Amino acid sequence: MLLIHADARRGLPAARPLLLAQVDTALTPDTPILDVRGLTKRFGSTEVLKGIDLKVRPQELVFVIGPSGSGKSTFLRCCNRLEEPTDGSIRVAGVELLAHKVDINAMRRRIGMVFQSFNLYPHMTARGNVMLALRKVLKMPKEQARAEADAALDRVGLADRAGHHPSALSGGQQQRVAIARALALKPELMLFDEPTSALDPELVGSVLGGMRDLKADGMTMLVVSHEMRFAQEAADRVVFMDGGVIVEEGPPSAIFGAPKHERTRAFLSRVLN
Amino acid sequence: MDQALPPTRWTIFLDTFFKASVIDQYLPSILKGIVVTLEVAALVVICGILLGLTLALVRAYRIRAVNILIVILVDMLRALPPLVIILVVYFGLPNVGIALSNFAVLWLILTLVLAAFAEEIFWAGITATPKGQWEAARSTGLGFTQTLLFVVMPQALRITIPPLTNRTIAITKNTALGTVIGVPEILNQATTATSFAGNATPLMMGAVAYMVIFIPVVTFGRWLETRFAWRRA
Amino acid sequence: MDQLLDQFFNLSIMQQVFPLLVKGLWMTLKVCAIVIPVGAFAGLVVALCATSQSRLARILTVPYVDLFRAVPPLVLLIFIHSGLPFAGISLSPFQSVTLAFLLNNSAFYGEIYRAGLESIGAGQREAARSTGLTALQTNIYVVIPQAVRNVLPDLLSNTIEVVKLTSLASVVALPELLYSADMARSITFNASPLVLAAAFYLVLLWPVVRLLSRLERRVAA
Ligand SMILES: Nc1ncnc2c1ncn2[C@@H]1O[C@H](COP(=O)(O)OP(=O)(O)OP(=O)(O)O)[C@@H](O)[C@H]1O
Ligand SMILES: [Mg+2]
Repeated sequence: MLLIHADARRGLPAARPLLLAQVDTALTPDTPILDVRGLTKRFGSTEVLKGIDLKVRPQELVFVIGPSGSGKSTFLRCCNRLEEPTDGSIRVAGVELLAHKVDINAMRRRIGMVFQSFNLYPHMTARGNVMLALRKVLKMPKEQARAEADAALDRVGLADRAGHHPSALSGGQQQRVAIARALALKPELMLFDEPTSALDPELVGSVLGGMRDLKADGMTMLVVSHEMRFAQEAADRVVFMDGGVIVEEGPPSAIFGAPKHERTRAFLSRVLN
Repeated sequence: MDQALPPTRWTIFLDTFFKASVIDQYLPSILKGIVVTLEVAALVVICGILLGLTLALVRAYRIRAVNILIVILVDMLRALPPLVIILVVYFGLPNVGIALSNFAVLWLILTLVLAAFAEEIFWAGITATPKGQWEAARSTGLGFTQTLLFVVMPQALRITIPPLTNRTIAITKNTALGTVIGVPEILNQATTATSFAGNATPLMMGAVAYMVIFIPVVTFGRWLETRFAWRRA
Repeated sequence: MDQLLDQFFNLSIMQQVFPLLVKGLWMTLKVCAIVIPVGAFAGLVVALCATSQSRLARILTVPYVDLFRAVPPLVLLIFIHSGLPFAGISLSPFQSVTLAFLLNNSAFYGEIYRAGLESIGAGQREAARSTGLTALQTNIYVVIPQAVRNVLPDLLSNTIEVVKLTSLASVVALPELLYSADMARSITFNASPLVLAAAFYLVLLWPVVRLLSRLERRVAA
């Protein structure tokens, strides 16, 4: 509360009394890990996200599908503020990300992200990739960081590749290193943006397998992907986006079995055939 | 401005570097210097690039003895400061009975230096052309020289243009070294005038003359680089 | 032929002037030891400004870089050494040389680093930021190491140019290698001291030129 008064004294706008959330919201098991409200995003004059509301509860795997250009990546990137939202509210584990006082680097540590193009650091080994943030963000001593990195690589089945540079790894292995890099920071939420789209078909399975294991370990995940079979089998909920809005959402059986909206049906018939 | 006011820092600055009477008096000699600089520059660019291209083409025939000579020559010209070579030639040759004018020495040395760098750049372009291009051309019955001239070089030239432009600019700026051996180019005119006038205005005029000549060229070089970078992407 | 040898490769004169030239070489190395690291660092700062998010920083670096790329280093040096005293600013030859070459140098290194920084895709930055690294940490640990590696040949090539550039200091009577050699030439009326100086430069730079040719070929391949 003191902090808020300090703000008021300096005449800062109290439009987003977000520290309240940090202080007052007790984290019950039901608190959503991710709570997005009224999220909009404009690039210049084009509105790419037109008011997104979505809650992701602990241990949930939420799948986002939708046609190209519908704003899926933009939405995901807003969730760790790689993209600066225009308006709305994004709470991660009860903390408002858009508060101007939020330590975004500390929050990003708690939100893992996996990219379509892996984005591994080519000048570092697999282990080096995982260790960097452990050392520089969590300020771990070297030996501990090394042990944690090796443990994370082990979790994605790459203990024996720790000393390899990305160029010496297959696409599937690179993506699993990228998952380990995020995982090692012990995030409460993981974002996946088309993690298998850049992979040869025979390598997709290994990455999906890794995600399946994560789910089994109780990780909360928000996944943008075109792997509909994986969605049907592993997702708790499927969200269909089109034109910057969530058109409909529900359990996979409902979305794939009996979509309510014409747009959803049209999209699914296009991708499933 | 009121004459009675004591001189401010600003008027002192103007008087030191932009004195109107000095500008009037020495503009003709600076202009003469510009002509000389442009003459040397044009001759160096044309001769240097042509010689460099020739050396690179010769090197493509991979005649061992010739190539070793080319590599040694090019390496030396890349490793030695041009001013050192200029002084050696300018002061050394007359004593062995070869008298070259200072203009000729400046032209000769800068041409050789540019040729050396140009050769390396053209050669890099030739070697960067995929082997398949050679094989495809030879398989249609083109000879080695025909392949080199009509298939390989046109492709090589494209990637050589940005580095060659930058290198050419850098070496052309070395025309200022001519002042050391008395070539009446811009810098030489400017320093002479400065000592006569007892005022730094001619030096500023010289610097401005270089900017007027080279800023467009540097900007053009930058534009070329981005343009070619886009193409590659 | 004898005349040629006597004029350019006079061993007894070379022997005589050798200690003088070694002293000159030390001065050359001293200038390099300041101008190269400081210039390379300043260039990096220039490049970070040129590629930064801040519009102002980007706009300011363009004239800086273009100015010092356009003005020949000798003109800059003479301007600083003989022009500034008219405005009441007198610098020693050593100060003039370091200032002129740092200005020139930072612009050239800056352009090279800029190309390097631009060669790193946005994904690298995003990945680093997504793990909580700050913008500065991202630059230091992720972007700059890759950028430098991508432009290593150009950095090396520019460094060779800087070493060669120091020979211009002779014009403002800084007793570096070329100045010492030229002084010896004017005393002995013989070009051998200059040839000896050339030999010093070759010993210093030829290996680097060879290394550079190799690096360039490896990057092209
Ligand atoms: N930086 C940007 N500047 C301007 N427009 C952008 C930018 N990034 C994305 N957009 C636009 O926003 C819209 C949504 O893009 P987004 O990448 O979020 O779509 P997507 O659903 O992820 O599509 P895909 O399935 O092809 O990845 C597109 O029309 C795109 O052109
Ligand atoms: Mg996308």
